Amino acid sequence: MKLESRNNQIAQEVIEIVEKYNFQREKLLQILEELNDSYGYLSEFVMKEVAKNLQLTTTEVYSVATFYSFLNTRPKGKYIIRLCKTISCVLAGKNAVANALRNELGIDFGETTSDGKFSLEFTNCIGMCNQGPAMLINNDVYYHLDPEKAVEIVEKYQ
Amino acid sequence: MKQALNNMFDDIYKPLDEPCAGKIVICTGTGCVASGSLKVLQAFTEEIRKAGFDVAQTLPEAKESTRPDSTVRLSKSGCQGFCQMGPLVTVLPENILYTKVKPEDVAEIVTETLLNKRVIERLLYKDPVTKEPCQGQNEIVFYKRQSRFVLKMCGELDPESIDEYIERGGYDAAKKAYSDMTPEQICKMILESGLRGRGGGGFPTGRKWELTRIQPGDKKYVICNGDEGDPGAFMDRSVMEGNPHSVIEGIMIAARAVGADEAYIYVRMEYPLAVKRLRKAVEAAESKGVLGKNVLGSGRQLICHVMEGAGAFVCGEETALISSIEGKRGMPSPKPPFPAQKGLNGKPTVINNVETLATIPLIVNLGVEKFRKIGNEKSPGTKTFALSGHVANTGLIEVPLGITLREIIYDIGGGVTDKHGTITNDGFKIVQIGGPSGGCLTEQHLELSLDFDSLREIGAMIGSGGLVLMNKNTCMVSVAHYFMQFTQNESCGKCVLCREGTKQMLYLLEDIMNGQATAQTLELLEQLARVVQKGSLCGLGKTAPNPVLSTLRYFRDEYEAHVFGKRCPAGQCKALLVPEIDPEKCKGCTLCARKCPVEAITGERGKPHTIDPEKCIKCGACAAACKFLAVTGV
Ligand SMILES: Cc1cc2nc3c(=O)[nH]c(=O)nc-3n(C[C@H](O)[C@H](O)[C@H](O)COP(=O)(O)O)c2cc1C
Ligand code: FES
Repeated sequence: MKLESRNNQIAQEVIEIVEKYNFQREKLLQILEELNDSYGYLSEFVMKEVAKNLQLTTTEVYSVATFYSFLNTRPKGKYIIRLCKTISCVLAGKNAVANALRNELGIDFGETTSDGKFSLEFTNCIGMCNQGPAMLINNDVYYHLDPEKAVEIVEKYQ
Repeated sequence: MKQALNNMFDDIYKPLDEPCAGKIVICTGTGCVASGSLKVLQAFTEEIRKAGFDVAQTLPEAKESTRPDSTVRLSKSGCQGFCQMGPLVTVLPENILYTKVKPEDVAEIVTETLLNKRVIERLLYKDPVTKEPCQGQNEIVFYKRQSRFVLKMCGELDPESIDEYIERGGYDAAKKAYSDMTPEQICKMILESGLRGRGGGGFPTGRKWELTRIQPGDKKYVICNGDEGDPGAFMDRSVMEGNPHSVIEGIMIAARAVGADEAYIYVRMEYPLAVKRLRKAVEAAESKGVLGKNVLGSGRQLICHVMEGAGAFVCGEETALISSIEGKRGMPSPKPPFPAQKGLNGKPTVINNVETLATIPLIVNLGVEKFRKIGNEKSPGTKTFALSGHVANTGLIEVPLGITLREIIYDIGGGVTDKHGTITNDGFKIVQIGGPSGGCLTEQHLELSLDFDSLREIGAMIGSGGLVLMNKNTCMVSVAHYFMQFTQNESCGKCVLCREGTKQMLYLLEDIMNGQATAQTLELLEQLARVVQKGSLCGLGKTAPNPVLSTLRYFRDEYEAHVFGKRCPAGQCKALLVPEIDPEKCKGCTLCARKCPVEAITGERGKPHTIDPEKCIKCGACAAACKFLAVTGV
């Protein structure tokens, strides 16, 4: 019962967002981005609801959702740490920072902490190349990292 | 000559009419914000008020000030390029540039510089070679050798203020395009200007527009490509953040030229600040009647959307980007049909890069003749580059096309650095240009003119403008491997050769780095490279082998050392290193032996220790622990 009412609520929210975009098929990416923002990820249920409202097949929605690395089809941590893995940051010492983050959080890249707080990921260049190594935590940019500094920053979010 | 050029740019910008006692500009580009410039801004507000002045944060506030002699204009600016030295603070009209300013310094700047007109030497930038303090941009080598044209206003304007943009002459070019020029005239002007696309390909912008203009139908689109995904590139981000209205103005002129009434700005999600500033700029432009149903009173419509990408590199490719805007998987499609014929929603579409579009209003204002004086015959104008890697001055620069690599690295960049960041005289190895589609430039290219054609001749490309400098201690096989991994990850999977071929190339490179390669490996690698180039649909796959081919061309000996000598000359490939403790440096403190998780290190206290290469797992714990830098090869 509880799950059902939660699902009803989600279904309602999906309709609201799809309506905002006038049920236009070509707004699918924006719709998914917005839903991804509100729920942290796109559950199977959400994707099915989107498909239903846009008159698409679920596969079609799923195929778009899995194409883009900023859309998640599995639950992610509250804070997504995205360390830049691009060459300028590598030259500036990204590997040591990556190790420090692994040790601090006890998870590897691609994983989420068991308390659901942090996900650790690599990202492509975030445009801070002259000040690498750099990372994003959700929408905040951090740069000139070294292992200690990275750990300090993550502790602030604990 | 250079001076004259810079003066020429000044002509196109009107001065701001601000009746104030003084002005302070604080850089709020991503770099400076991350180093704390917003706190500095806050401190200025407080300290200026404490000193008995009013603070005007915006242009209208400054104009409406009832006591101009006691008002200080406090303005934000976009990225000034010298992020390394941020937060940057400029005091006007004296034009004094303070670097690495902290909130604690602010009180002193207000009393000393603003009130007493004294320069605080401690906060000035010091020339790294002469150690002389430099007062303003015109004394700093990093800026002196540049020609800031597209970027000029990025460091001066408040990017969130449409009023300032308009007052400095912004949207004049759009007005001209919408009221005094026909679409044919605009296309002709841009064609004659010789402007070539800054997004990588260098295709003549005027020709692209003309092709779209002549298509039948009344629904057409303009797309601004802000997906900037090349590793080591952040020029477009700085333009979108620092002068968003110039991008919108370029879009408007493009729309008028081809007859489009709807536009999209597609920005990657990794650039949250750019998205925010563009959205704000579009809203402001709509409320001023610059965009919307009646553009600048011309009766024409232009609706502009800002759309976020979702983290897929291939979406920078134009046909993939169009699919992505249509809400599909961002996969490229074959050309023809070109977007000019059948683009977004099947309608004729112009797609241009951010920097290309930001250059357009300047051309309209400056005129073709003057524009062509910048750069060289086949590649007129300026280009922005992002300098990063092993170079003393990193940051965002803008130079006339046709400049030599030597000028960029040694004059503007201040020289090559070693791993501790110290400038070294003979450290230069390569510059990687054009990201994963580009190639490397070596010592023999230092005098090469950097323009679209001369780079193409040597098998490289300007690409979007990332310049990643690498010193002598960088292993070329690792660099090639790095880029291969990048394209392999980002391949959308549509073409078998791009998807599987890059994977096999990656394995071959790994074999080389792990000491498992044979003479055949290199042969196979080159063969595969040619096949991947031929068998891929879009630029991603077609150019994916470039980094491998160009490093192979110039550093074949280094590859061969890996393959035949099982040795990495730069000392980077872990598998090929032999762990060693230098007996000269080792003091026998035993720290390394205690840190070693596999008991590979032995030795008596006070005597040099040794590592057993058989047992060593190269975890690096010993080297990290050693205070005397005695451990190598782990
Ligand atoms: C794999 C790939 C990635 C690309 N990425 C970008 C990009 O990030 N930004 C860009 O402006 N153009 C990019 N391009 C080039 C675009 O396809 C297109 O040519 C360009 O946006 C046209 O604009 P221009 O004529 O103003 O240069 C990319 C091309 C390929 C093949
Ligand atoms: S390389 Fe890391 S931010 Fe660009």
